[in-house]
Amino acid sequence: MSEKKIDTLVEVSHLKEYFNINTGMFSSKPLKAVDDVSFSIRRGETLGLVGESGCGKTTAGRTILHLYKPTAGEILFEGKPVKTKADIHEYRKKATMVFQDPYSSLNPRMTVSDIIGEPLDIHKMYSNRKEREERILELMNRVGLNSEHAARYAHEFSGGQRQRIGIARALALNPRFIVCDEPVSALDVSIQAQVINMFDELQDQMGLTYLFIAHDILVVRHISDRIAVMYLGRMVELADAKEIYEHPLHPYTRSLMSAVPQPDPKIARANKRIVLSGDIPSPLNAPSGCPFRTRCPHATPACAEAMPEFREVAPGHFAACHRVAELG
Amino acid sequence: MALLEVNDLHTSFFTPAGEVRAVNGVSFSLERGKVLGIVGESGSGKSVTAYSIMQILANTGKIVGGSIKYNGQELVNAGEKVMKTIRGNKISIIFQDPMTSLNPTYTIGHQLVEAITLHTQRNRKEAWDRAVEMLRLVNVNEPEKRMKQYPYEHSGGMRQRVMIAMALACEPDILIADEPTTALDVTIQAQILELMRDLQKELGMAIIMITHDLGVVAQMCDEVIVMYAGSICEQGTADEIFYNPKHEYTKGLMRSIPTADTAGTKLKPISGTPIDLLNLPKGCPFAPRCDNAMKICLHERCETMTINADHQAACWMNVKAAMEKEDQAASENGEGGDIR
Ligand SMILES: Nc1ncnc2c1ncn2[C@@H]1O[C@H](COP(=O)(O)OP(=O)(O)OP(=O)(O)O)[C@@H](O)[C@H]1O
Ligand SMILES: Nc1ncnc2c1ncn2[C@@H]1O[C@H](COP(=O)(O)OP(=O)(O)OP(=O)(O)O)[C@@H](O)[C@H]1O
Ligand code: SF4
Ligand SMILES: [Mg+2]
Ligand SMILES: [Mg+2]
Repeated sequence: MSEKKIDTLVEVSHLKEYFNINTGMFSSKPLKAVDDVSFSIRRGETLGLVGESGCGKTTAGRTILHLYKPTAGEILFEGKPVKTKADIHEYRKKATMVFQDPYSSLNPRMTVSDIIGEPLDIHKMYSNRKEREERILELMNRVGLNSEHAARYAHEFSGGQRQRIGIARALALNPRFIVCDEPVSALDVSIQAQVINMFDELQDQMGLTYLFIAHDILVVRHISDRIAVMYLGRMVELADAKEIYEHPLHPYTRSLMSAVPQPDPKIARANKRIVLSGDIPSPLNAPSGCPFRTRCPHATPACAEAMPEFREVAPGHFAACHRVAELG
Repeated sequence: MALLEVNDLHTSFFTPAGEVRAVNGVSFSLERGKVLGIVGESGSGKSVTAYSIMQILANTGKIVGGSIKYNGQELVNAGEKVMKTIRGNKISIIFQDPMTSLNPTYTIGHQLVEAITLHTQRNRKEAWDRAVEMLRLVNVNEPEKRMKQYPYEHSGGMRQRVMIAMALACEPDILIADEPTTALDVTIQAQILELMRDLQKELGMAIIMITHDLGVVAQMCDEVIVMYAGSICEQGTADEIFYNPKHEYTKGLMRSIPTADTAGTKLKPISGTPIDLLNLPKGCPFAPRCDNAMKICLHERCETMTINADHQAACWMNVKAAMEKEDQAASENGEGGDIR
């Protein structure tokens, strides 16, 4: 770690989340959705999390929030471990989640007011009806929803508005930390920009810290201070957003960044894409050694032998690749 | 003669709530060997345009006006018999979700062979060989083995390649790709796009690429159509659309996408919400959301105007700009109009 004191809000160390998968009538096998992941998130920052479908982003986000019980590893919030039931109950007030699909994550039979009020009810955050109402209207106001909408049902709203409802609900308990799981992926470009700006403004106003999961690299590049890249349950690279976008070190990140479709014809035509061959392996049958070696253009026999360590290869720049020094 | 000529196409859905005018006077032509991109908001009529060309609309949908000519042959009202010789043969389509378009209960091989025997003179043995050849062409490894597998045994990227193989097996003149890579990861998307570009060059076919990803358009397309509320608001070469947009919706779209340079700044979104096709406004359909809307925009729809040889747009701002220019020239004799 670098010398200067960093104000860490969330610290994740050696986190593992394994799911048991039945492979036959009497046999099962662990699916290592998140495997030995360590990193920290600074207070007030946005850490972007990217990687291929199925690489474990959502599972990592949910496990960090203790929505899944970690198979192993530790989560520290504001320097204190989150372990016991009481810890988790307190943690839930300060750490919450916004989901991808505003359509399916909201109960169609609940009014907007009830959806936003539910966390308040669960944690008994008001002393009377009036206080509850006021808080709900304040939250709706905060995310740009009209107070007249309070009595309407979620299905009456457009995608962008539903995402606002989801965000208002996440803000209900005045959290410090929000895991945003693909919060703009289902939205149309023009609406997406409205919601991205809102995340930005809320962060400034409320001093929020985000773990921002998305598959659109340009969105993540826009919103993040730092970016982490996962591959097959492992973290393979983490660095400042600009640094990782312009000078990725891990072969997977290099190919990922080179493949980003650039919305500019001249740049897109001139772009040298590193096209990978083959498909992402199943996490049930992860390759030996480096998880990326089956698709890596730089793999050597040594890469099949040992798992590369996730280490700091330049100040603040972490990568897990045996050949990172040669390739850099 | 263009390979495909669509003229003033109107397609509606007749629903209990009323007539949904999904496509409202769309005209364009496609030359052999070109890649045409169609972009636009969700619900703007991109897919319905494609389905109209293929005539695979839902039961409630109907082409209510206009013409679609393939190689000079009129397809609207040509009848199912004619369409059977076109569909899958001359014009093929790849859908967004390869899982729903492959039948889960049959092997990949069975489905490829069915498609090929249906559209060509080949017998089953020849079709089988052709299918294996196509799978190899789209970089599916061990194609003989894959032929005997079911769709669920393939990853998303693999299934999408199977779909492309199926669409290409009959060497169509036109491939319509409706969001072919939206469900895929960036690195797999890069593989598929590369593959489509290579095949397009090799086989000399034309592609209609429907997507909402402007990055994909920039990378793949020669020409671009921008749709809004069932109409084309702007069309031109990719360079014209990206570097010289002339419709306020296109401009707003370009401004609202994050790029490497927008980090640390605020994006400039298009305000408001998408349009309701059941209640199309009288004037420009984009007027209710347009920051520069003028009085005339609310009352009257702007005709498609020629910006230059490579570029057309339907936006009153261009008329205003043209008039201001005229105004300036005529200012000495106090002439000129004002549309505000
Ligand atoms: N509840 C579960 N039970 C069993 N396996 C699971 C469960 N949730 C996730 N998985 C598996 O764990 C792996 C990681 O899944 P996860 O949803 O975290 O990926 P992701 O990176 O969020 O992908 P996407 O980009 O598609 O959302 C996948 O192989 C997935 O199938
Ligand atoms: N079967 C149908 N019945 C009624 N309306 C329909 C039907 N199919 C499409 N529409 C309507 O037609 C309009 C155009 O739809 P279309 O699928 O072409 O949009 P699109 O531009 O392809 O959008 P997306 O980007 O979401 O795929 C939409 O408003 C849609 O609701
Ligand atoms: S460790 Fe080897 S296989 Fe893995 S990314 Fe580095 S070079 Fe490639
Ligand atoms: Mg996920
Ligand atoms: Mg569509």
